[in-house]
Amino acid sequence: MHQVFKKPVSLKDIQTHFCPGCHHGTFHRLVAEAMDEFGVQERTIGVASVGCSVFLYGYFDIDVVEAPHGRAPAVATGVKRARPDSFVFTYQGDGDLAAIGTSEIIHAANRGEDITVIFVNNTTYGMTGGQMAPTTLVGQRTSTSPYGRNRSKDGAPIRMAELLAQLEGVAFSARVAVNNPKNLMDAKRQIKKAFRYQVEGKGFSFIEALSSCPTNWGMDPLSANERVGSEMCSYFPLGVFKNDSGL
Amino acid sequence: MARIEIEETRCKGCGLCTLACTRKLIAMSETITKQGYVTAVMTDQEKCTGCALCAEICPDVAIRVFK
Amino acid sequence: MTQRLFMKGNEALAMAAIEAGCRYYFGYPITPQSDIPEYMSRELPKLGGEFIQAESEIASINMLLGASATGVRAMTSSSSPGISLKQEGISYMAGAELPGVIVNICRSGPGLGGIDASQADYFQAVKGGGHGGYHIIVLAPSSVQEMYDLTMLAFDLSDIYRIPAMVFGDSVIGQMKESFVPNPRPRRELSPKDWVVRGKGSGAQRVVKSLYLGDGELEAHNWKLHGRYGVLKEKETRWEEFLLDDAELVVAAFGSAARIAKSAVMEARGKGLRVGLLRPITLFPFPEKAFRAVTERCKKVLTVELNAGQMVEDVRLSVARDADVLFYGRPPGAGSLPTPEELLVQIEKNY
Repeated sequence: MHQVFKKPVSLKDIQTHFCPGCHHGTFHRLVAEAMDEFGVQERTIGVASVGCSVFLYGYFDIDVVEAPHGRAPAVATGVKRARPDSFVFTYQGDGDLAAIGTSEIIHAANRGEDITVIFVNNTTYGMTGGQMAPTTLVGQRTSTSPYGRNRSKDGAPIRMAELLAQLEGVAFSARVAVNNPKNLMDAKRQIKKAFRYQVEGKGFSFIEALSSCPTNWGMDPLSANERVGSEMCSYFPLGVFKNDSGL
Repeated sequence: MARIEIEETRCKGCGLCTLACTRKLIAMSETITKQGYVTAVMTDQEKCTGCALCAEICPDVAIRVFK
Repeated sequence: MTQRLFMKGNEALAMAAIEAGCRYYFGYPITPQSDIPEYMSRELPKLGGEFIQAESEIASINMLLGASATGVRAMTSSSSPGISLKQEGISYMAGAELPGVIVNICRSGPGLGGIDASQADYFQAVKGGGHGGYHIIVLAPSSVQEMYDLTMLAFDLSDIYRIPAMVFGDSVIGQMKESFVPNPRPRRELSPKDWVVRGKGSGAQRVVKSLYLGDGELEAHNWKLHGRYGVLKEKETRWEEFLLDDAELVVAAFGSAARIAKSAVMEARGKGLRVGLLRPITLFPFPEKAFRAVTERCKKVLTVELNAGQMVEDVRLSVARDADVLFYGRPPGAGSLPTPEELLVQIEKNY
């Protein structure tokens, strides 16, 4: 009998601070697995953002730079240009990437920086206590949209994976979820594909990862997991929106 | 013949593994851990096929699978 | 024979950055400093370096943060409104103990203000312009030669102390042409950058961060930073003394204002007035001891600035207890740059 499933080497053996049922942990593991598979751990420089994902360095056994809120793609640009041989990825939430950091993500993507961006969309600001995010669904109640997101006042949620796929500089863009085994196995494939793009020097790759946030949604972990499939996936369709090199 | 090990100190009791197991072999414990969580427990090790879907879906890397 | 060049201050600065080993530049156009990115965009590719015209000042400073975190020498430049945007990143760099050179060729404000020479960003530069209670190294050139020399010094000090360094000029110093000697990069003992992120290899993980949440961690971190500011004050303070020995009145001025003040001091000497000039070259660390020493004997200091009074506060904090500190300055804007004659009137009035 041998072990067929174990913790990836690139992930530290530490319990995360994430709430029960939060998909951040799963995405951390999938990213670490991809790192192991491509053997890039030793040359990886991760760029941590602000929000629940800030403790990246606590969980990944890799070199990490911490970026100001939203600025991870600019920091990653500086890192990659100065050290083109390193494997560089950012890991950002939706407040970070789709609100305060829209300028940085769009221009890093448009320049076609040879980096990988993992964007975790849980339709809310997790760390600050569940406020409305640019990705909050219409009608969704949050601590700053107590009457539900109002489309005419707050606008509609932003679909980043599709938006970025429009840019010439983006080589790969996909949206994935891990709410059931089928989606999860696909997420694993897409994350590895995004990594492959950078490993082969084929340009900017982007993964939008749909995640639950049981605590801030006011749900138990199983209901929150259910909501990812029922409500989020219908507005944020899973799929590949750009695959330049057909990897 | 397969076996899973659930690391009680890592499990936060979210229950996602109970959904992933196609044979419904995982249930939640009756007692709570030191950290205050009910944790996942294997109810029938003999029937486990070692598919590892429980471990794959676990956000806390709390499950090891042997085959 | 020593080679002399005749160039703009901004170009001399860019040239010095390259001589200092800077191969990475990130910036965004703004008057009156655009000669710097233009120079870098032309020269860096030839040297295998990277020039990025970023989407904003915010992106530029964060690219600098990222590049510096990997251990390379890198620079950004801007002018006042752009420097305001960079303050977030400067605070993060200060917190994460990252070196890096930031050039501010100041223009007048507040707001969009104008493009004329200004020293109105003195407070922002020396008091820690962003959040959190930190300082950066601030060097104030007053000639094209100093634009060159102090830029190289900025890179060295920034690396040695792991504190961002600012070269603080304005359009007078940046735009004027003057002859200067392009000195070679000084030899200096620099410690290896064993803290940089490069990919952990087979070693231990390295993290560049400013977040400290553990009990007592952040306080200890801040005391460490403040301790370093103390060392800077002890070891790296620089200033120029001009005709101070017998002075009855000391004019205090930095940068472009010091040039005008120097002319006024010489005119005053011509009229038999015993006037000297004390010119801070490092604005942070501020030459407190120099002011203290001169005011033990001479009890009158006239501070001249291209603003409504900022450095004068640091002068007041530095002088001997019984010295009088006077001020003359005008808020910057078109037509507000004082002439030497105008300053001479002030010298005579206060002598």
